[in-house]
Amino acid sequence: MPTEILMPALSPTMEEGKLARWLVAEGKMVKPGDVIAEIETDKATMEVEAVDEGVLGRILVPAGTEGVKVNTPIAMILINGEAAGAPAVKAAPAPQSPAPAAPVPHPAPAIIAAHAPEDDLPAGTKMIATTVREALRDAMAEEMRRDPDVFLMGEEVAQYQGAYKISQGLLEEFGARRVIDTPITEYGFTGVGVGAAMAGLRPIVEFMTWNFAMQAIDHIINSAAKTLYMSGGQMHCPIVFRGPNGAAARVAAQHSQDYSSWYAHIPGLKVVAPWTAADAKGLLKSAIRDPNPIVFLENEILYGQSFPVPEGDQVVPIGKAKIVRPGRDVTIVSFSRGMSYAMAAAEEVAKLGIEAEVIDLRTLRPLDMETVLASVKRTNRIVTVDESFPVCSIGSEICARVAMEAFDYLDAPPTKVSGEDVPMPYAANLEKLALPNTAKVVEAVRKVCNR
Amino acid sequence: MGKTNGHAQIPDFAKAQEIDAYRQMLLIRRFEEKAGQLYGMGFIGGFCHLYIGQEAVVVGMQMALKQGDQVITGYRDHGHMLACGMEAKGVMAELTGRRDGYSRGKGGSMHMFSVERGFFGGHGIVAGQVPLGTGLAFANKYRGNDNVCLAYFGDGASNQGQIYEAFNMAKLWHLPVIYVIENNKYGMGTSVERASSTTHLHQRGRSFDIPGEEVDGMDVRAVKAAADRAVGLARKGEGPYILEMQTYRYRGHSMSDPAKYRTREEVDKVRNENDPIELVRKRLLEHGYASEDELKKMDGDIRHVVNDAAEFAQANPEPDVSELYTDVTVSA
Repeated sequence: MPTEILMPALSPTMEEGKLARWLVAEGKMVKPGDVIAEIETDKATMEVEAVDEGVLGRILVPAGTEGVKVNTPIAMILINGEAAGAPAVKAAPAPQSPAPAAPVPHPAPAIIAAHAPEDDLPAGTKMIATTVREALRDAMAEEMRRDPDVFLMGEEVAQYQGAYKISQGLLEEFGARRVIDTPITEYGFTGVGVGAAMAGLRPIVEFMTWNFAMQAIDHIINSAAKTLYMSGGQMHCPIVFRGPNGAAARVAAQHSQDYSSWYAHIPGLKVVAPWTAADAKGLLKSAIRDPNPIVFLENEILYGQSFPVPEGDQVVPIGKAKIVRPGRDVTIVSFSRGMSYAMAAAEEVAKLGIEAEVIDLRTLRPLDMETVLASVKRTNRIVTVDESFPVCSIGSEICARVAMEAFDYLDAPPTKVSGEDVPMPYAANLEKLALPNTAKVVEAVRKVCNR
Repeated sequence: MGKTNGHAQIPDFAKAQEIDAYRQMLLIRRFEEKAGQLYGMGFIGGFCHLYIGQEAVVVGMQMALKQGDQVITGYRDHGHMLACGMEAKGVMAELTGRRDGYSRGKGGSMHMFSVERGFFGGHGIVAGQVPLGTGLAFANKYRGNDNVCLAYFGDGASNQGQIYEAFNMAKLWHLPVIYVIENNKYGMGTSVERASSTTHLHQRGRSFDIPGEEVDGMDVRAVKAAADRAVGLARKGEGPYILEMQTYRYRGHSMSDPAKYRTREEVDKVRNENDPIELVRKRLLEHGYASEDELKKMDGDIRHVVNDAAEFAQANPEPDVSELYTDVTVSA
């Protein structure tokens, strides 16, 4: 019976890819292990190997096709001289991968553009659809062109082009002196980066994920954040620590933690967590120019998402939240990937006649409470959305500050939507339960609005 | 010629070098004695780790440096600051937590810096300064200059994992850094033998192919000769080097250490037979480089500098309360 070859998931977060090339023509024999096609994802080009022996009977998806969803049949293998008929047995090709991740809600860029005029852009600024991944790369490249003291170091940032392809093309443009592959020694290379910053250079230290930065947190806090104060203002430490933070998909507890409140707790650091590509670019440029140590929290799920980004050298100031969607009935405060849920929930509750104001914090330290408090004083209700553990989270801090500083304006208790108070489970159904989602935000909004 | 150092004969110092080394070591010793007194009187708070006994190490190392080189160390750091040319007054005023201390009173004994003098701290987390110093050396290489960094740490720190991460990168990238291990025999109250599976600490770079040598850290000439070799190689781009200084601290780990882990006799033996300052003093007299009277005068001058610093550090006001919230971040 013919066996279908399915589009494989080649990473925990892959949903679709481009079928770049067929390496075997229809009618040719293949054996297990033969490379039959190449697939491009936004992270890498991967080879697909046959797992069965037979004849490549029919190619279902021609070379060059973009946006092929995971698990779509791409070809059929005929075993023992059978004809290419309806397949009875389904088999995924090697490499075997876990089931594809639960679909990620993609906010429609059109909505964002309509509700979110970019910060003080000159009239006629051209907007270009850009992924968060490209925006981060562009920010680094522009700043490295601008300042010869800026360099990038981290695991796989140079020759591999970045574990998540954020540094694609940088080695080629700037060379090995300024784009530096480090050994897998977070504690050590973070200390080296901080030392270089103390000598006046401007390092960008990439963590493959923030989970691994726990090995380096001593240098981030004890060496980078505190030295200015301990030296009476003498020792500056202009450095950016960046990388993906929070849950990706199906990578379990040690690779799925949100560290936002850990770093936002520390005087001496500035902490940035953008949602859109425009903010990712503008804030990273500001971070690289800033004379302080910056913790820049990205999100792997957002890397592939596209947003309009203003053309040219546009910086976004650190420390300023943004009202992304104005509304009068309730304030929803979020940041990073939480904004996806917040924006989708605002759309949902609008159908019930609730006009939610959505604030993207963008910076977590210093926290722009002015914008949050002014909004709560208008709407009298607040829901915070973040992906972290609920205890001592950014949401906890905001709710506490609102209760302390706008108590008399509140018509309902400040309410948090956050991750559950458990290590991240691996099982798909449990993982889904452990994370916030649009429905949880809608429920919280309805509750504070008595609807 | 002095005794051998496992390498070549140790060259004698010229008169000016001997006198200079003597003056600097004596300044450190008198300064530390005074700091100990002020601690006892309650003028200095918290932790205070004295350098008495180890003076020849920093003084000898510093003699191999030039403008633009960097020095970084851990928390037993007063000697390093003075050797780098930082003012006794500013260091002592920081110890007493006063506004004209090097960190405006906000750092204390373990946290002082002088970018101008090439001193990058003063770090309180054991071994934290080693990757930082490697980063300072990285900056030298990045800039293409021939400056070097001295990263000091103790025998206790030598078992910390981050040191080996730094060794690896320093050799991999040929960074101009000299790791100076001040083996004073005890990491707080634990002797080297009780803490380290191997006690030849200069061999700790073997896995990374970093050369190392053992140095008589009580003989300032031996230290200087070793420093010249290591610094010379690093300046030429030959990468990192390890110098294990055999030295000894006379006082406790910190002021609050009763030092029950060793005998009085052990300390007295080093003090009487191998004191780094006494060795120079003897040579100065033997060679006729200085008379007893001249040495007495030098001691008097140094006591004067230290007393001035102590008076200043007691009279200088505490930081203004407005300083609580300054220097947390700098304006962009």
